[in-house]
Amino acid sequence: MKYLLLIYSNAESWGHPIFLRTSQAREMTEDARSAMEAEFDALLTEIHDSGELVSVAALADPATARTVRAPDGAPVATDGPFGESKEQLAGVFVVDCATPERAEQIAGRFPDTRFGAVELRPIMGAGGQEM
Amino acid sequence: MSVPDGTEDLWRRLAPRVLGALTRRYGDFDAAEDAVQEALLAASKQWPEQGVPEDPGAWLIRVASRRLVDRIRSDRARERREVAAALLTPEPGAPGAADDDTLTLLLLCCHPALAEPARIALTLRAVGGLSTAQIARAFLVPEATMAQRISRAKQRIRDAGARFAPPAAAERDERMRTVLHVLYLIFNEGYTASAGAEVSSGELAGEAIRLTRAVRVLLPYDGEVAGLLALMLLTDARRPARTGPDGALVPLADQDRSRWDRRAIDEGVALVTDALSTAPLGPYQVQAAIAAVHAEAVTAADTDWPQILGLYTLLTRLAPNPVVTLNRAVAAAMVHGPSVGLALLDGLGDEPRMARHHRLPAVRAHLHEMAGDRDAALADYALAARLTTSIPEQRYLNARADRLRAGA
Repeated sequence: MKYLLLIYSNAESWGHPIFLRTSQAREMTEDARSAMEAEFDALLTEIHDSGELVSVAALADPATARTVRAPDGAPVATDGPFGESKEQLAGVFVVDCATPERAEQIAGRFPDTRFGAVELRPIMGAGGQEM
Repeated sequence: MSVPDGTEDLWRRLAPRVLGALTRRYGDFDAAEDAVQEALLAASKQWPEQGVPEDPGAWLIRVASRRLVDRIRSDRARERREVAAALLTPEPGAPGAADDDTLTLLLLCCHPALAEPARIALTLRAVGGLSTAQIARAFLVPEATMAQRISRAKQRIRDAGARFAPPAAAERDERMRTVLHVLYLIFNEGYTASAGAEVSSGELAGEAIRLTRAVRVLLPYDGEVAGLLALMLLTDARRPARTGPDGALVPLADQDRSRWDRRAIDEGVALVTDALSTAPLGPYQVQAAIAAVHAEAVTAADTDWPQILGLYTLLTRLAPNPVVTLNRAVAAAMVHGPSVGLALLDGLGDEPRMARHHRLPAVRAHLHEMAGDRDAALADYALAARLTTSIPEQRYLNARADRLRAGA
């Protein structure tokens, strides 16, 4: 089963890993920040080595986003992201896991879950069972 | 993955025997497996051009041994260790006790230390002789991801201290069940994918059948091996009819049965009939028997539903699980009416796995539609369509709801 993990963060400034840019992380001790970063590295190494990590994309600052709409047929691009919430999409991961439980376990180990949220979306497939 | 023609079929058939011979001689399964892959690659380049060598098995062993020895030598050189020259002299032997090797390899690839995706990938590479690129294409992941999965799987096997030897008798039955389950998963991946445009995954079904046939040759008296092979053949026989020209899923009841593969059906029916009368009963045999009852009905209306209901009741006793309960409810509805089927589904949603699964509302929707309860059917079709992660299933469920909405 493939899943898209969307990392949402309410960072004070942009940069990766994004969780270190949150106000909560900035108030932590240097040791605690390093420990969190090490946990994240360990997670990435683990899912890379296991062959579960399919792809990853770290996104640029939402300030660089352009949103395109074509209400009258002609596309018009405006500055800024589509979503207006404080939590912005910071990155996406695609994982391929044996079970939904394993995907949830991976999502739960992103440090971002402590400050923002990680959304887990199944990726649809072309296979299907006749009924 | 290309359809194995004569030559590819030959080197892939020899792959497990060559790997068995190398692993037995040099002990290092991981390195031997890589070397065999390289030898298969060499064969894929040379044989079609220069012709198949007189003894293809010995040729593969010779090439793979050389690669393996080269690698061990360079590893050792790097580690500044002495090369035990005598041990490392390539010895082109003949592929040995072919049959036991294939089985031992399958059992090793389906080791309990591995997660299911790893078992599947390793089985396809080490026993099926497929390349990492071919397996990656079939599962729609980058080659690097699949390579990582395979190399981690081999590492885990090594860490678990597994050796290239048949497991102890006490473990063997359980391990064999895992092998059959992995073959079944490979088949399913291929069979269900054939609705999509992805041809390469569809061929996994053929690969699973090929491997299961090989196991059947080795274990001719195992009723569950025969049952699994029969189940695959009887299911795969429906493949030409299971999708419409636009790729849409065609439900069993609406399939053009003249397009079913009669030869596969005959073989499957003969296999399961023989197994049921000679071997201890098992879940694959019962599932194959159910598929055989469907296959033997000339039209959907001729289906012997009382017999199918009886078989599902038997399966509930042998290997109870929520999917069997669902299928039994469908059969009960066909025999005793939809309300009986719906009653059997009560409480099934309490199963944590079932609660978020689309198949429960999908079955409920069909049974509500059968009962003429249009609103309940529409609600359940909509719920099922929301829950499925399969694009063709979603299309089917939405179309079914649209038709019901328009028709009433």
